[in-house]
Amino acid sequence: MDPLFQLLLRMGDNTLVLGHRVSEWCGHAPVLEEDIALANTALDLIGQTQMWLGLAGEMENKGRSADDIAFLRDIWDFRNLLLLELPNGDFGQTLMRQFLFDAWHSIQLGHLINSSDPRVAAIAEKAAKEVAYHVERSADTVVGLGDGTDESHARMQAALDYLWPYVGEMFQSDAADLALVKQGIAPNPASLRGDFDALTRRVLAQATLTIPQDNYAQKGGKTGARHTEHLGHILCQMQWLQRAYPGETW
Amino acid sequence: MKNEWPLWEIFIRGQHGMNHRHVGSLHALDAKMAIKNARDVYTRRNEGQSIWVVEANHISASSPGEKGPLFDPSNSKTYRHPTFFNIPDDVGSM
Repeated sequence: MDPLFQLLLRMGDNTLVLGHRVSEWCGHAPVLEEDIALANTALDLIGQTQMWLGLAGEMENKGRSADDIAFLRDIWDFRNLLLLELPNGDFGQTLMRQFLFDAWHSIQLGHLINSSDPRVAAIAEKAAKEVAYHVERSADTVVGLGDGTDESHARMQAALDYLWPYVGEMFQSDAADLALVKQGIAPNPASLRGDFDALTRRVLAQATLTIPQDNYAQKGGKTGARHTEHLGHILCQMQWLQRAYPGETW
Repeated sequence: MKNEWPLWEIFIRGQHGMNHRHVGSLHALDAKMAIKNARDVYTRRNEGQSIWVVEANHISASSPGEKGPLFDPSNSKTYRHPTFFNIPDDVGSM
């Protein structure tokens, strides 16, 4: 697979799958303000998906639209991080996942803004503004709940312990990544770890949470080698209408 | 309810507005969170340039029962309206 196409799928599938997960909170969040904020975040992510997968379809040149790529692929063609397809859990777990992803996402987009490919740079620039707000909001919520009541603290620590093994996948590099580094299109994923650790350590310390010692990393999402069983369930819900009524529109 | 977050009144200065206008209220734990929530609840459709928040219990309000004495006397005093002056265009907004 072309390395740039691979990058576009990875970026677009990340935002598609997380956008879908976050949208599951619509109408269910603990307070109205959080409900709307989460819906806004989900919509931002789906908007970014349209740009990434739209460009992927364009450069693939087989006539596939962003919708075709989103709704007509099966599990093994998805390239999102495993972290993002995990079920939401409670509100705290959802926000912890959001923060961990936002932290990586903001750093990644900060590099993609300087991509040698002007189309990638343009999408990154638009997305970076949205994500700067996402990370501010999710960090504040993680601090608020982590350094909150005994119960909220315990839930946030449990969320961090559960999600931490899914963090390492963000920084795994493969041949496609290295080819993109050479062309100046994208940063080496491994090189983002320092900034990520600095940001997460600062916020999680403020949240009085303890980062797990074990850095064992689950992997298989960004390569498509092995997704969790949860992705299939997401796709069932996300894709059934296009599968049952092909080409149906609003 | 004891566990409810404090209520905040939200003021937004719009795209072309000169002043902040009251748009509604919401709940938040502190001012910082109130501004974020206001951003998400009240500026989703690109309405805002600036946000002010104030905790609702810091607002003192006139009593509806005193409406008569407070406002009725100004009812019939048309001479208080400065409609008899021509304001030059280059004065701008007043």
